[in-house]
Amino acid sequence: MHDGREGRVASVQGRAGRAGDSTRAYAGDYVQIHSVILRPGERAPQVPEDTQKVPLELRIKGFLDHDACLGDEVTITTVLGRKAAGRLVAVNPAYPHDFGRPVPELLHVGEELWRLLRVRGGGEGEAS
Amino acid sequence: MIAGTSYAEVMARRQDIMKSAVGIDYEKFRTGAIAFDYEAMMDEVGYTLEEVHAIQEETNVGHTPLVELRNITELVRRISDLGKGARIFVKDESANPSGSFKDRRASVSVYYAKAKGYPGVIAATSGNYGAAVASQAAKRGLQCIIVQETYDSRGLGQPEIIEKGRACEAYGAEVHQLTVGPELFYVFLRLLEETGFFNASLYTPFSVTGIETLGYEVGAETLRATGRYPDAVIVTHAGGGNVTGTARGLRKAGSRHTEVIAASVDLSGLHMASDTDFNRKSFTTGHTGFGIPFATWPDRADVPRNAARPLRYMDRYVTVTQGEVFYVTEMLAKLEGMERGPAGNTSLVAAIAIAREMDRDEVVVVQETEYTGAGKHPYAQLSFAREMGVEVRRGDPGDNVPGKRIVIPDHPSQIRVKELSLPEIRKSYIRNALAHAGGQALSEEDIRFLAKDTNSSVGFVEATIRELAQVV
Repeated sequence: MHDGREGRVASVQGRAGRAGDSTRAYAGDYVQIHSVILRPGERAPQVPEDTQKVPLELRIKGFLDHDACLGDEVTITTVLGRKAAGRLVAVNPAYPHDFGRPVPELLHVGEELWRLLRVRGGGEGEAS
Repeated sequence: MIAGTSYAEVMARRQDIMKSAVGIDYEKFRTGAIAFDYEAMMDEVGYTLEEVHAIQEETNVGHTPLVELRNITELVRRISDLGKGARIFVKDESANPSGSFKDRRASVSVYYAKAKGYPGVIAATSGNYGAAVASQAAKRGLQCIIVQETYDSRGLGQPEIIEKGRACEAYGAEVHQLTVGPELFYVFLRLLEETGFFNASLYTPFSVTGIETLGYEVGAETLRATGRYPDAVIVTHAGGGNVTGTARGLRKAGSRHTEVIAASVDLSGLHMASDTDFNRKSFTTGHTGFGIPFATWPDRADVPRNAARPLRYMDRYVTVTQGEVFYVTEMLAKLEGMERGPAGNTSLVAAIAIAREMDRDEVVVVQETEYTGAGKHPYAQLSFAREMGVEVRRGDPGDNVPGKRIVIPDHPSQIRVKELSLPEIRKSYIRNALAHAGGQALSEEDIRFLAKDTNSSVGFVEATIRELAQVV
């Protein structure tokens, strides 16, 4: 994992939000599914070499149509009421992004800039 | 007959799919092998400035504050030669409903889609535009699908794009999250066919006229606040709509002598369709990976004729570095009490460098801000960059290497812009136009069109064509 923050990698990760088997999901659960749109070899000709070697993958979220286990092929109903099919990869997936850690290279910038405004004086702006 | 859904079959139908998904007959504006009547397209398809204002008022878009950055202006004066240091203003576009100027673009498209009876709207975007379309669709009761390029092949999402996907979901959109690759367009076309939704493209006349109100407000409000039109307006440039709409709006406000300066973050050397480069970028928009291709060939867009034609309107094109944008984002928070961006602050970096060249009584306006949040914030992006093996350090931003090293300046006097050569970009555009014409003979109308579309002259176009013929 990256920086100890689990869940940034979109993979099998969820729990159903109820007691019991965390690999199990139930009809009506909010889930994420995964499917392969283009396999390596089917990619567009203008795509660079590294991208040619990997599939084009799609992830969508919605409500599970039937009970299933993680990894099963399932169907979902999206928030718009549309149907979609794919492999069940997460149940109630977390948003993995955050504000990160304070960045030492930025922590003194404010103080440095205020010092420039205060010490040298003589300007006519609002700074004092 | 059921149409095939393979990549080749769907791509072959793209013209027909697009025609029904935007409801515009682009063919009627064609006037030559290359030429088309741009102004007629903008007039006939788009809306007037007054109509756009009315549409946007219905959904609370626009009329954002014009803020004078007094402390930053003072800082710039202290590092400038005597008498130099223009007043710097920023248009606080984060005050729009979904937090960016993109609401202006989305508002007109969604209004049109609703008026024409489309059941929903789709947009292919990994940026703020997705949230804007989703937000405007929610206000007007339309369904919305957003298609994003979100992950690399390891399933690792770019934090800024994850945030934008979250925002789209917050406004009720169905979000399709793809791995890296231009075949996103194929997925997009299939969805348009399946749903019959409107293509809320960034590049229709609806989208671009939506930005004209921003240029108009910048011109009129600066005049009110300072007694003069802006001497320069700096525009963060990616797909070209921001430059085009802003410049057109400024002219409509009567601001005819304002220098329109495009600014992009330098991501040279990183391939935009590369799975491995994808998460080595700390900016997902406002960068040269879009800015240069869309300046040199706007019709690469998802509609046959792009209404965003930035070369017509930019007087100057500069780049800045990722580290400078993070530094200035911190500056905006600490000196002005405004936590915004970072990507939207690209133009503020350029403004700081350019204000130093300008006289004290002159006025430079940065025409946007965007909301900040988890994933987007400098801490989030720099933490992520470090995890991806990118070096982050203080120093001279001249040592920046996209995808390898981000350098946060030691001192504001190190903030500078790199000039891109507009004559070279114009030549590159003409080369692309000739390639797309595929050897068809060019008429006088085509030459005149190329001169207008590159904001050059018939003489320049003819000389360039001769020069290119010699090279081949």
